[in-house]
Amino acid sequence: METFVALAHGMAVAVQPMNLLYALIGVFLGTAVGVLPGIGPALTVALLLPVTYKLDPGGSLIMFAGIYYGGMYGGSTTAILINTPGESASMATALEGNKMAKAGRGGPALATAAIGSFVAGTLATIGLAFLAPLLVDFAVKFGPEDYFALMCVAFVTVSATFGDSPIRGLTSLFIGLTLGLIGIDKLTGQARLAFGIPELLDGVEVTTLAVGLFAVGEALYVASRRHHAEEKIEPVRGSLWMTMEDWKRSWKAWLRGTMFGFPIGALPAGGAEIPTFLSYSTEKRLTKHPEEFGKGAIEGVAGPEAANNASAAGTLVPLLTLGLPTSATAAMMLAGFQQYGLNPGPLLFAERPDLVWGLIASLFIANVMLLVLNLPLVGLWVRLLAIPQPWLYAGILVFATMGTIAAKPSVVELSMLAGFGVLGFLMRRYDFPIAPVVVGLILGPIAESQLRRALAISLGDPLVLLQSPMSATLLGIALIALLAPFVLKGMNRFKASED
Amino acid sequence: MTDTPSSDLPQEPAARRVDPAGLVVAAVLAVLAVVLVLDARQLPATTMYGMGPEAMPIVVAVGLGLLAIGNLIDGLRGNLPPRESADFKPVLLILGGLALLIAIIGFGGGFILATSALFVTTSAAFGRRALLADLIIALVMTTLIYLAFDRLLTLSLPAGPLERLL
Repeated sequence: METFVALAHGMAVAVQPMNLLYALIGVFLGTAVGVLPGIGPALTVALLLPVTYKLDPGGSLIMFAGIYYGGMYGGSTTAILINTPGESASMATALEGNKMAKAGRGGPALATAAIGSFVAGTLATIGLAFLAPLLVDFAVKFGPEDYFALMCVAFVTVSATFGDSPIRGLTSLFIGLTLGLIGIDKLTGQARLAFGIPELLDGVEVTTLAVGLFAVGEALYVASRRHHAEEKIEPVRGSLWMTMEDWKRSWKAWLRGTMFGFPIGALPAGGAEIPTFLSYSTEKRLTKHPEEFGKGAIEGVAGPEAANNASAAGTLVPLLTLGLPTSATAAMMLAGFQQYGLNPGPLLFAERPDLVWGLIASLFIANVMLLVLNLPLVGLWVRLLAIPQPWLYAGILVFATMGTIAAKPSVVELSMLAGFGVLGFLMRRYDFPIAPVVVGLILGPIAESQLRRALAISLGDPLVLLQSPMSATLLGIALIALLAPFVLKGMNRFKASED
Repeated sequence: MTDTPSSDLPQEPAARRVDPAGLVVAAVLAVLAVVLVLDARQLPATTMYGMGPEAMPIVVAVGLGLLAIGNLIDGLRGNLPPRESADFKPVLLILGGLALLIAIIGFGGGFILATSALFVTTSAAFGRRALLADLIIALVMTTLIYLAFDRLLTLSLPAGPLERLL
């Protein structure tokens, strides 16, 4: 009951004309950048952060959430039409979707992706609305040692457990943690790793890091391998509408995809890759048309796309209730909250219910907007893919530097942006994951202050971490999650070998 | 990972190719760990209870040290994922564009000139040869961005000679 009342209040906030406008701008931008190869939702939020700090917090957060959802819709269009998925979560969609587009069934593929995303997004947002208050009630009792333990779980799962190599994932995480140490220590006022440079005393800006790694790094990487292959856009042929048969084959896949996506997204496990591939292999096993898989089976688009969107909503559960980001985009949204001095968590639900529930309610609206934007306007988005690559990346870099120039037009800050760009390029080239760096930078200082608070309360006794049952359990989970990939190394790990 | 297990001496280092990239990563991580420790040692220990500001850098430094060893092992075994050939010329061109942008901002040349320089060099790095056309496009686009920021968002971007004409 409580949820319905809160949601109704949230809806009243979300339908205010200004907030509707912010949501519309968000989904529009999100779809556009989702479609463009090379920029994802995390980068878009990072680019917009410096521009929006003078705007109303509620409205900007609604816009960021719209970008997040929109990016998920847009990514599927790119995956289906040019077979170069913008983010790894769209890889499963590309497997079957691009085959469908080649066979002249691009319309139904786009339709089942869009409608599936809508169904999954709506169901998962309902899940978010009901799960969040329960988790908040639970999290109110958390002490600082429990938060610290929770962040250890997030560190390990984001970097080590599900990647290709735990060593490389952890390396990325520790680079982020190192960057998080730079600047004045908040508890004692001591300067760490500043080397006498005044600009470093404020610490590394999350936006500078994210824009450098994602935008500059991506541009450098694509430029370095331009000589390899040209991308080919499949024109959308045939009707956009799904036949009765398509509907029949899609709806169960949508629901199953949602069942994979939401819980896995809600766990601090990071990333939408796992649920999308679980959904793909499930659909492949259950289908009545196994001969079509690999040649363009509609279930293979419907399921993973639903899983992808449901996990995006699931990621918002730990973000809003615990302040725990488990993906790069969620980390950027956390930076968006922090820019307004807001800390997501149980307190925010109590102090600013209008803001939190307005955000959740606006997700329903964003989903409806996205369905309308994506189905009839797909031709417009496809045209975005035709922007010549030189102008596309030149434009991306102009916008990327613009954000930093607007926030801090200093030579030091811009040099850091370029340096992070080189870092992002090298990490892509040598196959280190990027998201753990961002998560490490933003979560590292929070984890440190929680640990120090816990130890100050216990008068320096480190056993406090094991005396709280919650924190002891979570630390145990973190340890298992850290060791598991090393133990399982010899065993067959889940891989995307369905080609 | 690519070796065949049928060879008589699977652990023989000659069978695996040492990957220098892995060794460089290990060295960088080790240096970073040393820097962290040296920096932490110059912090005065002032905290009475619990952790002071010097504790966390030590923890991170230990982690970096362990990861340096891990990356070293991966590098010696040649366990890194395969890489495609890369063309570094466009990368240097874009970095040159970024250096130009930083210099123009640093010397007060303003937003429009700085970002236009970056636009033209990036576009050239991606294979465009129509420098003059790109320059005109860049100047028009960045002028519009400057006006939008200045008039609509009331955020100030650095002004140079061109911006003062507007």
